Amino acid sequence: MSESPTTAIDIAAAVRDGRVTAAEVVETHLAAIDAREAELHACNAVLADEARAAAGRGDAARAAGATLGPLAGVPVALKDNMCTRGIPTTCSSKILEGWRPPYDATVVTKLQEAGAIVIAKTNLDEFAMGSSTENSAFGPTKNPHDVTKVPGGSSGGSAVAVAAGFAPISLGSDTGGSIRQPAALCGVVGLKPTYGTVSRYGLIAFASSLDQIGPFGATIADAAATYNVIAGHDPRDSTSYAGAMATIGAAELAGDVSGMRVGIISELVGAEGIADDVKRRFTEAADALSAAGAKVEETSVPACVYGLSAYYLIAPAEASSNLARYDGVRYGLRIEADNITDMYTQTRTAGFGPEVKRRIMLGTYALSAGYYDAYYGKALKVRSLIARDFAAAYEKFDVLLSPTAPTTAFGFGAKTDNPLAMYLSDVCTIPSNLCGDPAISVPFGTGDDGLPVGVQVLAPALGEPALFRAAAALEGSAP
Amino acid sequence: MAKRLTREEVAHVALLARLEVTDDELDMFTGQLADILEHANDVEALDVSGVEAMAHPMQLRNVFRTDVIVPALDRDEVLSQAPSAEDRRFRVPRILGEAP
Amino acid sequence: MTLPDGWVMVIGLEVHCELKTATKLFCGCPNMFGDEPNTNICPTCLGLPGSLPVLNENAVELAMRIGAALNCDILASTFHRKNYFYPDMPKDYQVSQYDEPINLNGRLDLPDGFRVGVTRAHIEEDTGKSTHVGGDGRIHGATHSLVDYNRSGVPLVEIVSEPDMRTADQARAYVTELRAILVATGASDGRMEEGSMRVDANISVRRSETDEFGTRCEIKNVNSIRSLGRAIEYEAARQVGLIEAGDRVIQQTRHWNEQQGRTITGRVKEDADDYRYFLEPDLVPLDPSPEWIASVRSELAVLPATRREAVAAATGADASATAVATVVDLELDQLVLGAVAAGADGRIALARASNEVAADAEGGRGLDVAAFTAVIAMESASEITATQAKTVLGELLADGGGDPEAIAAKHGFEAMDGSVLDSVVDKVIAANPNEWQRYKDGDAKVTGFFVGQVMKATGGKADGKAVTAALVARTKA
Ligand SMILES: [Mg+2]
Ligand SMILES: [Zn+2]
Repeated sequence: MSESPTTAIDIAAAVRDGRVTAAEVVETHLAAIDAREAELHACNAVLADEARAAAGRGDAARAAGATLGPLAGVPVALKDNMCTRGIPTTCSSKILEGWRPPYDATVVTKLQEAGAIVIAKTNLDEFAMGSSTENSAFGPTKNPHDVTKVPGGSSGGSAVAVAAGFAPISLGSDTGGSIRQPAALCGVVGLKPTYGTVSRYGLIAFASSLDQIGPFGATIADAAATYNVIAGHDPRDSTSYAGAMATIGAAELAGDVSGMRVGIISELVGAEGIADDVKRRFTEAADALSAAGAKVEETSVPACVYGLSAYYLIAPAEASSNLARYDGVRYGLRIEADNITDMYTQTRTAGFGPEVKRRIMLGTYALSAGYYDAYYGKALKVRSLIARDFAAAYEKFDVLLSPTAPTTAFGFGAKTDNPLAMYLSDVCTIPSNLCGDPAISVPFGTGDDGLPVGVQVLAPALGEPALFRAAAALEGSAP
Repeated sequence: MAKRLTREEVAHVALLARLEVTDDELDMFTGQLADILEHANDVEALDVSGVEAMAHPMQLRNVFRTDVIVPALDRDEVLSQAPSAEDRRFRVPRILGEAP
Repeated sequence: MTLPDGWVMVIGLEVHCELKTATKLFCGCPNMFGDEPNTNICPTCLGLPGSLPVLNENAVELAMRIGAALNCDILASTFHRKNYFYPDMPKDYQVSQYDEPINLNGRLDLPDGFRVGVTRAHIEEDTGKSTHVGGDGRIHGATHSLVDYNRSGVPLVEIVSEPDMRTADQARAYVTELRAILVATGASDGRMEEGSMRVDANISVRRSETDEFGTRCEIKNVNSIRSLGRAIEYEAARQVGLIEAGDRVIQQTRHWNEQQGRTITGRVKEDADDYRYFLEPDLVPLDPSPEWIASVRSELAVLPATRREAVAAATGADASATAVATVVDLELDQLVLGAVAAGADGRIALARASNEVAADAEGGRGLDVAAFTAVIAMESASEITATQAKTVLGELLADGGGDPEAIAAKHGFEAMDGSVLDSVVDKVIAANPNEWQRYKDGDAKVTGFFVGQVMKATGGKADGKAVTAALVARTKA
């Protein structure tokens, strides 16, 4: 064996061909975790025994002549808000600490059927609420490029797992940018697929109408291969798309963008707080697409500017209801008390961190009698306006382009005292969640501080082929 | 423009959400939530008359399952995760009143 | 019990009925009453993190049947979450239909023709069940409670009536008729004692029909149709008493206590009641096609009212007669209609079906129409007496069939010769001179005594009516 493969695609090919065993692949990655996990704290749990056992089963199956799947022997790290049967699933919250789900999320089953090996459950902002992974009850995750900086969030652990080589691919969930923003800050690829293309069954809900699982990879091709495995209709998720979904193949990954119509969203590029170095890289990216033959133009998506406001009414409203079930009765934490109401209150008060409480209260308020119409009801109409403006933009453009995050990775504590400042980190990523459209963050050079910058490609619903085509072109021309 | 969120409203919301907040937390949350809602004033001020509410990105309809029994979970496995169980059931402290 | 002069009671009913599906509303767990606690549970009906609901198509079909049977508009609808904390609700919200229910604007006609408006009939999920430990098994005074989630997520349809009813009898008739409809359509088994059908009554009183509605109270925990009537009358009288004493009625939930025969204070509506309804984002809108709705309407079982009319027309009885309701309720109407079509006397067929056959309704539903017709024919031709006919029917039911003529022959049933009867009657009169004197003096109660004596003497072969006629003839002699 010349050199051990590092990308998911190469690992799976090598395992299928017998050039390397799944057991060897797992040991290599466990060693990588061993080397840096103490410093980075990307993982809530490293599943060494389970991963070794799964690798052994995979190798035995190959020896017995079984046909191996597209991710044969590929280690995968899962955000710790995806249910894994018998394995603690915490959402990085004290309220779920120690809970062992009696079932697997659909994505877990799909990955395992494709031959992937779950190697770790990764850290996140508690219940995926945050943009820095500082809101984990188990302590923050560090950015592998500079451990004094945050990795972004909420899927910070999954972004770091790929950036630090703990696993070639990982899964995150994206409700307002929670895959794309940490991907940008950690210098990896992160995809939020079209809402409904990846099953939410077994994903612990934050905001049901916005949540979507998606992959991280070091390369566009790995993200695509993972997407191909996890996408598909699931009868256990009523919001799962039942129509045909594209498989991303060589045609898209070749990155031919000649003739592609690319729109630069002027409202997002010009948004408050977009740093100059990020803007410069973004302009280079747009120029690169232009040089590759795309027709790049500025365009306006006017209602986009209301995205943040609408999001911070809709997401907390859904969350306030989704998180009601953590009440100390059936699973998780309980603080004993004299009567049930006190038990509920003490359990929830002790079990949730401040950001979760903030959003539960915000959402409860937005839905409560007398305020529903002014806040939640209004936000749903604004959501319509945003969707309408995006639909209009896609009449003229195949894909749209914006920065992923306003800045490169920021320091710990920089925004923790000012929730609104933290929320502004998601200004460019939120609109795709409101519309349900796919978007991807592609690493594109570094900022003035030497830290990664990401560029976001957006496409209309089910527009993953165009999305990947543009993303592959960007990857090919990245500095 | 809506009036600024009050401490009393936040206390009421905490009660509805079964959360206990100290006086200091009440001050902090009131300030933070008021800031966020003030940021949302741009939305509140927008004229959206005649615009449909969009609760969901996917315009799906009529998603069903057939009425066929699927194996249930193992009771012991489920009860083993309960903070308190008794006589094959989930045990809870005394309930103060009936369901609404 | 009636209210003091001038007072009017206003009654609206909310009936929750569990649908007769194989599985729950949003998951594949069995919808089964009485199983071992916490055995019919899965991530969805336990509200485990990450679980999702998927709507049971058959539950929708059954809900539409209810809508069709109640003459509702069947519409596109949505599901909302009703948020409140309670231990028997695993997600701490109930998925229910709110401002867009599947069935709207219906009606239900009582057997006497009185029409009750049906506001809506919507789909929602049932809760789990708590057992209260310590105290006397009630929630108050308990030390703790134990929760079983087998019932959690069972499909319900909540049928809300307009406040159209004015008497407890109407309320009882409404529930009786609704139950019959639910059973007839196959939507629910309507078992109040098992809680598969639960009735809440909203009651208010006012001084006249033209007054504003009074403050209402909601009575829960009524476990039978009989209790419903008692609870309504008690509650209306309580409210009138309050107002006449210068007090006012407070809007609240009250419980019917069967032992004490009164309603007791339950839960006062609180300011904190704020359910924060919003569209359930884990489900998609329900929009049955016109074809589906049309097929539900056209395939709907014949409803009890129509069946009662058919029985009445065939037997000459009144459609609101108890006997007619009984044969329809017990699904013996086809037996009666079959017999009449085969030439049997309708009056006798209805009498036998609503009494002797009804006593073993299950056997009756399996009874051969030809055999039943033969028994009725023998009775109406006076080949056997009414009493003998009952015996023959009893054997047919007990044996699950047989030849009526052979059974009659086996017992020696045959029309008694008139002269034999006359001589027996004379002997009985002679042996009981005192009773005979009382009979002649017009004491009708003695009739039964003489008929009984004659029956005894003839081994039950005499026809009761013939005996009575013979007695009457002798008083005129
Ligand atoms: Mg209800
Ligand atoms: Zn279930």
